[in-house]
Parts: sequence; structure tokens; C-alpha cells
Amino acid sequence: MSRPRRARAPWFLAVPGAVALAFLLIPLIALLAQAPWASLGGIVTSEAARSALLLSLVTSLSATAFAALVGVPLAWLLAREVLPWTGLLRALVLVPLLLPPVVAGVALLAALGRRGLVGQVLSDAFGIQFPFTTAGVVIAEAFVSMPFLIITMEGGFRSLSQRYEEAAATLGASAWTVFRRITMPMVGPSLIAGLVLCWARALGEFGATITFAGSFPGVTQTMPLAVYAALETDRSVAIALSVVLLAVSVSVLVALRGRYLRAQAS
Amino acid sequence: MSVRASVRLARGAFDLDAELAVQAGTTVAVLGPNGAGKSTLLRALAGLERIDQGRIEIDGRIVDDGDSVFVQPRARNVGLVFQDYALFGHLTVLENVAFGPRARGEGRQRSRQVAHEVLARLGIDHLADRRPSQVSGGQAQRVALARALATGPSLLLMDEPLAALDAETRTSVRIELQRQLAEYPGCAVLVTHDPLDAMLLADRIVVLESGAIAQEGTPGDLARRPATPYVAALMGVNLLSGTAVGGELALDGGGTLRIADQGLQGRALAVIRPEAITISLHEPQGSARNAWQGRVTAVELLHDRVRVHIEGRPGVIAAVTPAAIADLRIDAGTAVWLSVKAVEIDAYPHPAR
Repeated sequence: MSRPRRARAPWFLAVPGAVALAFLLIPLIALLAQAPWASLGGIVTSEAARSALLLSLVTSLSATAFAALVGVPLAWLLAREVLPWTGLLRALVLVPLLLPPVVAGVALLAALGRRGLVGQVLSDAFGIQFPFTTAGVVIAEAFVSMPFLIITMEGGFRSLSQRYEEAAATLGASAWTVFRRITMPMVGPSLIAGLVLCWARALGEFGATITFAGSFPGVTQTMPLAVYAALETDRSVAIALSVVLLAVSVSVLVALRGRYLRAQAS
Repeated sequence: MSVRASVRLARGAFDLDAELAVQAGTTVAVLGPNGAGKSTLLRALAGLERIDQGRIEIDGRIVDDGDSVFVQPRARNVGLVFQDYALFGHLTVLENVAFGPRARGEGRQRSRQVAHEVLARLGIDHLADRRPSQVSGGQAQRVALARALATGPSLLLMDEPLAALDAETRTSVRIELQRQLAEYPGCAVLVTHDPLDAMLLADRIVVLESGAIAQEGTPGDLARRPATPYVAALMGVNLLSGTAVGGELALDGGGTLRIADQGLQGRALAVIRPEAITISLHEPQGSARNAWQGRVTAVELLHDRVRVHIEGRPGVIAAVTPAAIADLRIDAGTAVWLSVKAVEIDAYPHPAR
């Protein structure tokens, strides 16, 4: 099989396209160019960096798991239009996606803060408090990242013909069996894409986290917050930590992308 | 084992109102144009739609009464073959077929064994480890049938089982399906818009038009005495309605036909096979009791014969050989004489519905 000849790009597309490519790549190249490679090992393995990285991984994975647990069912409900005002609900679910993250943090304080709508009840009745805790970080990350999972999964459910679920039902499968053995496997590629998007957004979360959970090393200071904090004291540390974040993101995306493509091909 | 259904449900464009009875070991074809409500009827039997009124009874058990009783699809013991088969793409052929037994509580080994048996019966056990995307259209149809049969359903439902296949595959799959239906002990209902499929696969045909039953009978009944223009067109015959008095049929569209049955009185239908009509350029002097003038509106070649559409009183379709067309030089616009013997006209009382 011969490769098709590449089409010649007209200049009015080629020039702006090249600008966009340069715009996207130069900062990444600069980051790598300015990284203190000699002292990188020391900075990254320092107690502070290790605890920030561990905290970031734990909170972003927890937020993704929580989003999957409740967001996937919501995506199904929206896709099958079983709820009243589905159109309105779908729009509302997307609000956190468009909201400035700081506003998301303020909204979370209003809801779950010590004097918040729900937070006051939780605090008074059970002594549970979320602001400025690790759990608060998970909540902030889940709040801003869950919509990514929901819209991806909703698209997946929506494009899956209901006939598969109907066929499974006539074959004697219970609703749970249909969902577990037919629906979810058939939207597998969407699930993986949604989880990756959701997790990447959670990993990079900054605004809502710092507003709702603060920036306490070892408790709520995730990698992005640590980078920001380091910027004020030692710029090379900030760049070193940024390189680590970049490496984590790229390697996981590459690893999952291979699986995602295989899943789509079958 | 039997199925009796009386289904009434409103679906926006039309109201479906149909009765259906199927005896064990027999196949009923629901034949009708697109949008007649065939698939809706099938879905109601499967439990994928609830009926508004009526009653569906499978094996003596009421599964839907349009009110308080509604048995879920999974508890109805029906098998449904979808038009596009709806095979599970992430499972192998074997796993697709084993899905039903497994979902009904059989063990993993036993389910796979049952699946192998059904696949072998259909002659496709060698496909067991393939994915649905790796089998041909005709094979996919068999896999879908195997999957539906694997649970041993009392009622087998098929939605346009051959519609997705090309002409060649269709014939071989139809023969296979005929064999499977002959062996199948339960009740089978298939929905189709193809009269050939209906006639070759079913013991009885129910014709559904605009949500209501237009005619019901054996394939022979429908071919000989169609009750509606739709059925007549499907069977390729001319159907004329009128009022019979003393051996003459005064047609609703104008014109009169002499018929052999002197005793027929009142509203009646008459069937004339296109082959029974003779076309002449001049007034015929033969023994045919009926002769009238008309004008050709269209000529279409169908394999070894030509169907000539003629307007007149009555307007009919006549079938002649290509040689006759060439000799007579008949084309659209040609003025012709038509003749038909009274004994070639089958007139019968209008089946009032």
C-alpha cells in the first residue's frame, strides 16, 4: 500500500498553522531548556517535592474515581433522557467546566465551608469539615473535572444504539447485567478517554484547590500549588517540578493513548 | 404452546390495532409497507413497548394487558432477531450466543456448551472465536438467529430478517431459515415488507396497513384473492372492485366486466392476472366476453416478460412477451384494445372488514 501524496497546504492556512504550532511548543521547549538538569534529581527527590507529587497523585486519582462512580451513572441518565428537563440539566452540569476555577472554589466554600449551606450541617451534626483538608482537595478537583467525564461518557452512551441493551434484555439479562456486560464494555473507548481527560484536569487543578483547600505542604499543597509556591522563592525548583508534572502527564497520556486506539480499532 | 395477542397502542403518526394468533410450530409473517406498524407490533410482543389496550398471551401466560400486568422482556422467554442483528461487538460469536443462557443463570461451561450446540446446528460453529466484525452479513444473520434460539424461546421474533442481505446471500439464508423454522417447535413471528420472504417462510400471512390488519390468510389465499390494492400489487395481479349483478360486475372506477359466476351479488372484488389479458391494436373478434379500449401509459421489462400499464375503464396491467411488444410496436401513448375471457376473471364477495 503506497502512502497517499501529501496535499499542498495553501499559505493562508499554512502560516497561521505554523504560528499556532510554535505558540504551543515554544513554552514546553523553554521549560526543558531552562530546567536545572544537574540538580534535578536532588530537587525532585526532596521531601517537599515527593510529598507534593504523592498528594497530587492520590487526590487526582481519588477525584477521578469519585467522578467515575457518580458521573458515569449521571451521563447515562442524561444520554437516555430519563430525567425531566434533560436539556437544562445537561447545560447546568457543564457550568463547572466554564466557570473560572477561583469562582468554583468560592462556590465550594459557600456550599461546604464551615458556615456553608451544607457544610454547617455537616460540621454541627457530624463534625466533618472539608475546607483546608486533603478531602477538600479531592472535592475541588472532582468539582472541576467531573464534567469532562460526564460529557465524554454521555456522548458514548448516546452514540450506542439502544438495540444492544434491548437485545440483552430479551436474552434474559437483568438491568445490572446489561449495564455491566453490554453497555459499559461497548462504551469502553469513551470511558478511557473520559477518565484521562478528567484525571488530567484534576492533576492540573489550581484555582479551586487554593481557594477551597489552601496551600498547606503535605496536606493540601499539590504539585501545581507547590510550583507556584516555589516560584516565589526559587525559580529553578519551580521549573524542575514543572518538568516532573509535564513528564507525568505526557507519559500517562501516551500509555493510555495506545490502549485507547486499540480499543477503537476492534 | 401458542401466542395470542390483541394489541392497541397509539404512536403519534398512527394507531396500531391488530390481532395475532400463532400456533406452536408455525410461522406467521407480518407483511406491510414501511411505517405500517410492523416493528411496533413486534416490539410489543417482545416487551420493548407497552400496549395501551388489549392483551398479549404467551404460553397461556398474560404478559401485558395494557394495565397492571406487564412482564419485562427478560422474563418473557422470547427470542428477538433485530434487523441489523445488534450483535455485541466486544464479544466473540460464541460469547454472543452464550450470553442468553448465561444471563438466565446457566453456568459458564454449560452456557458455552449450549452455544456450541446451537452454532453447530446452524453450521457456523467454525466461527465461534470470531468477532461479529469478522463475519459476513449472511453469517451475522445466522449468529443473530443462534443467539435468539440459544435460550429456547417459546416465541421467536424476527424483524426483517433478510432485509440487510444482498440478493444472492438472501436466497441461501432464506433456505437455511426455512429449515430452521421447520425444526423450531415454538411460535415464530417475522416482520417483512418482502412478499416473497413472507410466502416462502410463513404458514400464515397477516397484512398490516396503516396500523390495521388488511388481510390475513395462507400465502395461497393472498395470492389468489387479495383483499386490498396493496396486497394485489405485491402479488402482481389486477384487483378491481365493484357491484355484481347477474353475471356482470359494475366497476367502481367505471366500466363493466362479464364474469362467469352468475350467482354473485352485491359488493365484490375481481382478480385478473396480467397474463390473462390480451392486447390488440384493432377490435378483437374472438371469443373473449370482455373487450375494451385503453391507452398505454408505461411499459416495463421484467426479465422474460413486459408489463404494460394501460389506462382505461378499467385500467389494468397486462403482461406480454417482449416479442409481442416488438411485433405490435406498443409504447407509451399507443391506443390498444384489451380483452379477457370471463372465466379468467376470479370474482368473489368483498371481504368486509
